[in-house]
Amino acid sequence: MSTRLAKGGRLLNRNRALDFIFNGRHMRGFEGDTLASALLGEGQVLMGRSFKYHRPRGVVASGAEEPNALMNVGEGARFEPNQRATTQELYDGLRADSQNHWPSLEFDVGVVNNYAARFLPAGFYYKTFMQPRAAWKHLFEPVIRKSAGLGRVPKERDADRYEHFHAHVDTLVIGGGLAGLTAARRAADAGGTVLLIEQTAHWGGRAPVDGGRIGGADPEGWVKNAVQELDVKDNVRMRTRCMGAGIYDHGYVLAYERLTDHAPDADGPRHRLWKIRARQVVVATGAIERPLSFAGNDLPGVMLAGAVRDYVVNWAVSPGDRTVIVTNNDDAYRTALALHSAGLQVPAVIDARTAPQSALIQQVRDAGIRVETGRAIASVKGRARVTGVAITGQAGEGAVLEEIGCDAVAMSGGWSPAVHLWSHCGGKLVWDEAQAFFRPDPDRAPTGADGAAFVRVAGAANGAMSTAEVLADAGADAAAESETPAPILPVWIMPQGAGPELRAKMWLDYQNDVKVSDVQLAAREGYESVEHTKRYTTLGMATDQGKLSNINGLAVLSNALNAPIPEVGTTTFRPPYTPISFGSIAGEARGDLFQPLRRTAMHDWHSINGAHWEPVGQWRRPYCYRRGDESVEDAVMREVKNTREAVGLLDASTLGKILVKGPDAGRFLDMMYTNMMSSLKVGCCRYGLMCSENGFLIDDGVVARLSEDEWLCHTTTGGADAIHAHMEEWLQTEWWDWQVFTANLTEQYAQIGVVGPRAREVLDLLGGMDLSKDAMPFMSWANGTLGGFDVRVFRISFSGELSFEIAVKAAQGRALWDALALAGREFGAMPYGTEALHVLRAEKGFIMIGDETDGTVIPQDLGLNWAISKKKDDYIGKRAQARAHMTDPDRWKLVGLETLDGSVLPDGALALAEGENANGQRRTQGRVTSTYYSPVLGRGIAMGLVHRGPDRMGEVIRFARLDGTEVEARIVSTVFYDPDGEKQNV
Amino acid sequence: MLILHCPYCGVDADETELAPGGEAHLVRRGPEASEDAFHDYLFVRENPRGVHFERWRHAAGCGKWFHAARCTVTMEVFGTYPAQVTEPPADLLAAISAKRPGWRWRDFT
Repeated sequence: MSTRLAKGGRLLNRNRALDFIFNGRHMRGFEGDTLASALLGEGQVLMGRSFKYHRPRGVVASGAEEPNALMNVGEGARFEPNQRATTQELYDGLRADSQNHWPSLEFDVGVVNNYAARFLPAGFYYKTFMQPRAAWKHLFEPVIRKSAGLGRVPKERDADRYEHFHAHVDTLVIGGGLAGLTAARRAADAGGTVLLIEQTAHWGGRAPVDGGRIGGADPEGWVKNAVQELDVKDNVRMRTRCMGAGIYDHGYVLAYERLTDHAPDADGPRHRLWKIRARQVVVATGAIERPLSFAGNDLPGVMLAGAVRDYVVNWAVSPGDRTVIVTNNDDAYRTALALHSAGLQVPAVIDARTAPQSALIQQVRDAGIRVETGRAIASVKGRARVTGVAITGQAGEGAVLEEIGCDAVAMSGGWSPAVHLWSHCGGKLVWDEAQAFFRPDPDRAPTGADGAAFVRVAGAANGAMSTAEVLADAGADAAAESETPAPILPVWIMPQGAGPELRAKMWLDYQNDVKVSDVQLAAREGYESVEHTKRYTTLGMATDQGKLSNINGLAVLSNALNAPIPEVGTTTFRPPYTPISFGSIAGEARGDLFQPLRRTAMHDWHSINGAHWEPVGQWRRPYCYRRGDESVEDAVMREVKNTREAVGLLDASTLGKILVKGPDAGRFLDMMYTNMMSSLKVGCCRYGLMCSENGFLIDDGVVARLSEDEWLCHTTTGGADAIHAHMEEWLQTEWWDWQVFTANLTEQYAQIGVVGPRAREVLDLLGGMDLSKDAMPFMSWANGTLGGFDVRVFRISFSGELSFEIAVKAAQGRALWDALALAGREFGAMPYGTEALHVLRAEKGFIMIGDETDGTVIPQDLGLNWAISKKKDDYIGKRAQARAHMTDPDRWKLVGLETLDGSVLPDGALALAEGENANGQRRTQGRVTSTYYSPVLGRGIAMGLVHRGPDRMGEVIRFARLDGTEVEARIVSTVFYDPDGEKQNV
Repeated sequence: MLILHCPYCGVDADETELAPGGEAHLVRRGPEASEDAFHDYLFVRENPRGVHFERWRHAAGCGKWFHAARCTVTMEVFGTYPAQVTEPPADLLAAISAKRPGWRWRDFT
């Protein structure tokens, strides 16, 4: 059992005890603890269950690489799953629960998977769930959904605040250990701006734990001094609890700062996402220790040797009274000494090397610790935690030589440079045969805009493993005492001749339960690429992204394939280095700040008059205006009828208004629109269609010619910015010699539709302009004064009614609206919203971009040939519309649809045809594009695209409803109301 | 996350300010084009592993279109220039050839 030591703990403040709750049990730790060290201090070795087999798991590491100790932390609106206990700093009142077990951590039903392990081999999903088909839906998927995933999903809205932060620096140093501090100092001395970030709460990395002497001082003192010297420099910024998450093109780096995870009651944002542009990036991210693959290496109590050292030195935690050390390199001997000097027993150091000799090893021997060389662990004894180890020869097959009783095992398979950040942006690796790791290849660094390397690596991340090498690599003035370690012996499985029984108990990936036998099976089954093996076995696919497992896994794969390790290569390192919160990615962009809200000049009036809002792009438009407790549907019906019978007011301000001006403006618009705009007379309006070069209809609207060289182009509400950009693109990149200016005036004007048989009476009451049929015929416009407002009046109609659209400077929009509402009172004027607008236009068979079009529809499909000029040589989309598929008579074309029973067709419903297609699906012959209840006609009306539709007038076809029933509809004209246009021609 | 120099307003623009526009120096085909020529104009694009000429718009800046010569492998940017040209500037082509011996524009052999 682990326990807290009476003395020591360099990071602990023993004067401040902190209470916390784990799985409902009250526990106590100290300021400076991580959740993991506090749990170990309370004797809690068991911290979770594995994903697949639900095996009991304890903490194995002490930092960001931890695969096992994942916790649900916090509660309610501050609940978050999958927090690593090793990186969660303890605070008073912290609540944590272990994950992935039911009903309890100690007794878990899912552990049956463990005993069924031989039936759950690599690629289990692909092999098991193929047949029978029906079982997938009813058996496999529900079970997998229930058992898949780690932790629980938060149920409440996140109570915390998050922010983004932009920074530009000359040098960004990632990692605050010896190498990072040294590199930051050098960069600062050179004069540029420096940002130094460290993912933990402490500077110095491993050095204070690992010991030694630097320039005569102890590492702790050296670090303190280095930090102080940097701190006073004006050109240096330093951040702890700030992780380099990813390196991207051209010196872009994301960093993830955890501001209040250790102090949830503190003010300010919880996380900050730094978006950094750096001219140079120094990656000083250290190295990560590798586990050794021996049978039972996942039992709680088996930990990395470096982590054991951390727990003893940093947090005064004993992993157990007796810790056996197993290693293939010198570094684990430091753990033996650390345990020894804390007064703990080290029954033996099991070293796989046959005759290693170094000063460090001698020091351990001199301390009276038994050192066994050429030896290995055959298996770890114990069920839910370590009770002993069986020792064997590394060279053999696992015959047990002796058993040693112990409570903990500290293992070291060597250290791998943390090359993740180097690799994110294309930095390549080389295999270092002597040290048995991949390290950055300085000749193949990530390159920036100038073609030169912008990332370099310093210290252990660069493969410099001793303190002396780290300092030299980072360019320090001070030198450390140098020792020559005995060479590492690469050990990928232990013992090297282990049979199937043992290999099936050697864990590579703890979190995803991938064993040596799984990787070997994958290799036998033909998965030769490391990327394929990863996905087949799920090796390295857990939330720790294989920080512990990747190198061991690919070494096992390379052995199984009989290929050298560098030939097998690594999987791709992708950002972020460790998971970052969704909150930090979103930053401030949520709620009201999610995106800008565009309001028309009349927005407030709508708001206080019952507007039921509808988002249209970034605008909010009234869908309808509810009166009292009227339903939305009733409001729409009332608005439609009132507009047809009396007069309606429409806020049309959101429609795009693009001014096109210049000597070549007419010629330009002839290219933009399918119809002729250059021939439009000043004072007149014309409905125009705009297509993409692929021929597809992208926008429509009324164009007014304002003067000889000025046209005002109305666009759809959602299309204004895109159409303006579309015009600019062609002007700037194709016809740059044409003299044309465009300006998007959408927000400069408010525009109000006055629509209905009594529209003219309302405007006449305001007075100031002759709006009679003769003075102002349909599709004309005029400037003038109405009720004292300077206005431009367009006589255009999207409803089939007598209709005027009145444009006024935006600042006067509300005043004009008020004046119209007042003047309209005696004529029964009511505002109407977008849904009434839709019903009115559908009754008239007018198309709506986005309903009748979807990016695959050409104007000819919609019966709009009348709006396509036959005289013009060219327009955007003309050639495309002549392509064979576009002129195919079998295209689906627009028709009106009337259900035989008068019901409303479902939106998007498909028209059924006979037979089935190659996939066994029912054939279709059309679909509904717009469908409404028409209060004027008292029945459902619809438009749809139907195979050869216009040739099939009067035919009855069937449409499918979602509930499986069908409904019959007759193909009719798209114009349901006033087909001769008498109502607007008054 | 590229940084490209806008040749109009002089800003070294972050990629978030820019909108991509695909391959540069396409020749527009109109109603007179054959089916094959028009098909190629609409759909067929270079996809080089190496030097590429592409269109960008300084959309959240000055609004102007410009061209960039960029290596799709190393992200090296050889230069940017206004869009009102039918082919890359000769000095830029020469500079790229100097850096990448043997390289020639639209030579994919």
